[in-house]
Amino acid sequence: MSLLLPSLDLLLASLVICVAVYTIAAQDLFAAVIGYVAYGLLLAFVWIRLYAPDVALTEAAVGGGVTGVLLITAGKRLGALNVSQEAQPGPVLKLLTGVLATLVASALGAVILMLPDPPPSLAPEAAAAADGAGAGLGNPITAVLMSYRSLDTMLEKIVLILAVIGVWSVGADEAWGRAPAPLRQQKAYAPMVFLAQMLAPVGALIAIHIFWTGANAPGGAFQGGALLAAMWMVTMMARLMEPPRVDARWLRLALVAGPAVFLISGLAGEVVAGSFFAYPPGLAKPIILFIEAFMVLSIAAALPMLVAGPPSERSDP
Amino acid sequence: MTPSALAGLTGAALVGFGLYGLILHPHPLRKLLAFNLIGSGVFLVFGIVARRGAVAGFRFDPVPQAMVITGIVVAFAASAIAVALILRLSAQSNHVTLDPGVWTQPNGGDKK
Repeated sequence: MSLLLPSLDLLLASLVICVAVYTIAAQDLFAAVIGYVAYGLLLAFVWIRLYAPDVALTEAAVGGGVTGVLLITAGKRLGALNVSQEAQPGPVLKLLTGVLATLVASALGAVILMLPDPPPSLAPEAAAAADGAGAGLGNPITAVLMSYRSLDTMLEKIVLILAVIGVWSVGADEAWGRAPAPLRQQKAYAPMVFLAQMLAPVGALIAIHIFWTGANAPGGAFQGGALLAAMWMVTMMARLMEPPRVDARWLRLALVAGPAVFLISGLAGEVVAGSFFAYPPGLAKPIILFIEAFMVLSIAAALPMLVAGPPSERSDP
Repeated sequence: MTPSALAGLTGAALVGFGLYGLILHPHPLRKLLAFNLIGSGVFLVFGIVARRGAVAGFRFDPVPQAMVITGIVVAFAASAIAVALILRLSAQSNHVTLDPGVWTQPNGGDKK
């Protein structure tokens, strides 16, 4: 047992690095993206070994899965443009870049081996916050996200909206207000349709469970929202649903609901509990779950819209 | 070697490989992929800061972990904007490249 875990760690680390090298070295963009998805899933295991199951869930869902869909869709759309490719860099540049990358990685590695001892930690403050304002939350990560650093979390939701606005605004003028192009140009394969029909209801249920259980166990609004977003994207890739028009009112309401409810609750805390983003004692957990429910909605709406891209001229019937 | 130091060194190696790919790949989407490798390497380095900050009955410091979760989502949002810009640029110029010299050449730089 004493030798098993370290050797497993070593195996996992070398596997992660091998897959990372593959995504860099692969000839084909599609192969590189598939490598990146596998890399995200392997990295999730490394996060579990660092006692970070919440990060592992986020990395697997967002870092691997949704980013993979984003890049595959982008690659398909670039391929449809039928454009020219430029030449590879020469050997001298490759050598110099290799030396630079090695230097940077070695410097970073040296810093990691020389980290201060005893290490600094905000865990006691976070624990106090979890016991105080975020009372009744068994998951310290959720307590930090929703209570101790709640302003960060709210601003991060606003960043998501800004990103959606940014993506929409690179569309052509004529296309404004229309729907983004479908995630798949051709008719979907029958197995894909079957997978979407089987997977989406189960996945949506699991997403809601992950959100609900996040108060006390690994999980939460980010992970649940990302999973829900993935289920919506699966149905769109199977062409069972099409991306909605970007001027649809329900879509815009869903996008702003999370940060809006979060901000209103924060302002209400000023009146009720005496400070911005304070929760009244005893009611903290229901309020946090209420805010998180709207955050799940916003994340589930924002991530697929980011993947679907700007409004397109071709998508209108 | 402790598991956290091993994970940190893995993160450092990922930053190195990502940097190599970011500089050398001519394809902008491959550059973006490599940049995401750098990002996840940085997150991993931050993750061992969380692991080392294990005090007060915790096995980890929850504050850096929460920041990494936020960071992963923000990194995805930035990647989505980058993809939208790359697609628009390529559709406008008919070239999948970030080399400004190609766009300014006559005939859109077609080497025929």
